[in-house]
Amino acid sequence: MKIRRGVFVSSFLTAVALAGALLLAGPLDSTVHAQQPAPTAAEVKVDNFSFSPATLTVAVGTTVTWTNHDDIPHTVVSTDDPRAFRSKVMDTDEKFSYTFTKAGSFAYFCSIHPKMTGTVVVK
Amino acid sequence: MDRKTGKKIMHDHNEDGIDRRGFLECMAWVGTGAFCVMQGGILKSFSMSRLGDFDAKAMAGELSFVQISDSHMGFNKPANPDVTGTLKAAVDKINGLSAPPEFLLHTGDISHLSKPEEFDTVDQILKGASAKDVLFVPGEHDVLNDDGKQYLERYGKNTKGAGWYSFDKKGVHFIGLVNVLNLKAGGLGTLGNEQLEWMEDDVKHLKSSTPIVVFAHIPLWSVYPDWGWGTQDSAQALGYLKKFGSVTVLNGHIHQTMQKVEGNVTFHTAMSTAFPQPAPGTAPSPGPMKVPDDQLRKVLGITDVNYTRGKHALAVVDSTLG
Repeated sequence: MKIRRGVFVSSFLTAVALAGALLLAGPLDSTVHAQQPAPTAAEVKVDNFSFSPATLTVAVGTTVTWTNHDDIPHTVVSTDDPRAFRSKVMDTDEKFSYTFTKAGSFAYFCSIHPKMTGTVVVK
Repeated sequence: MDRKTGKKIMHDHNEDGIDRRGFLECMAWVGTGAFCVMQGGILKSFSMSRLGDFDAKAMAGELSFVQISDSHMGFNKPANPDVTGTLKAAVDKINGLSAPPEFLLHTGDISHLSKPEEFDTVDQILKGASAKDVLFVPGEHDVLNDDGKQYLERYGKNTKGAGWYSFDKKGVHFIGLVNVLNLKAGGLGTLGNEQLEWMEDDVKHLKSSTPIVVFAHIPLWSVYPDWGWGTQDSAQALGYLKKFGSVTVLNGHIHQTMQKVEGNVTFHTAMSTAFPQPAPGTAPSPGPMKVPDDQLRKVLGITDVNYTRGKHALAVVDSTLG
């Protein structure tokens, strides 16, 4: 099975574009129906050794971007085996993005600080 | 020294029967320079202000080594923009010890981001130490992105598995363990079955009178699991050491000194040479703690360990850089 890898979003402009897309798509809502425009981007903050929100619900096709705001590096690694996604180490202000193309519940953690856990629910 | 009041703290546990209770948790506050001696299972600890009372010869012992930890080379945030300078200061401190250490133990987080140049810088600075031999175990910051491959190539010659090993010096048996790989979501540090089996076999044939020193990055005791400060399967590892009369466990990771005695086992964590971290539960997260610039070297330091044959004692002395 081919593991789809996420890509780092290195450009600030790309981040702005993603944020813009998020605004256009309207507020995130876990009860989004199929006929409504699906959000294409969502954000998770990595701050104070935790993921926020810890549980994020998005539509299929959404690109989720994690940004590390800590003075310490973190990673974003899916818990499943084989791993659906695995970031490289993210130093301060670095980002990792992954596009969720399938519905399901994706648990993940920081492989450096495994007490840090989160879930992306894709509907 | 108490950080708030500036008063000297003096511990003298000679008469309070700590070992009979079989449990002691003594926090040697950063900057205290507490001096602890273990003799026949009884911990005696004194503040550095009373060090003059000791016989220097007896303290030097037959085997002297220094533990340093958590150099985080490459870290450049406000908690310490000059980790190179403070590592150099640690080397100066080592070179100024009255009893020159035979070797150095580095208990991990050599680098901050596992970059080759970070390891190179640390290796270069440690070449300036009076003790030429440096033995390592990895921290989680040393095995980023490659599951420890680079670490093994650099520091893992003559080691087993992910980099664990043992050796003997002057009758003391040293065991270096790796507990920073294959960490599971929601869990703590992990040794794993392969390493545990190796360890069981490694100590099986040793006499129970052999002093044991175990060193690993993440504490092998439950310091504060909420922050991941502990090792999931450490109880199994310590179970193999029950027959030994003297076991000293040296760890890093938490960037502050802490000590506990349980039966014949003394647990000790070292200060970082890079930046301090908050005491358990006193901050929203265990991230780097910013202290006033003129206080930084008072919360960084080295750990000097001395062993005297026949005395059944290992003396553990923490000293700060400033």
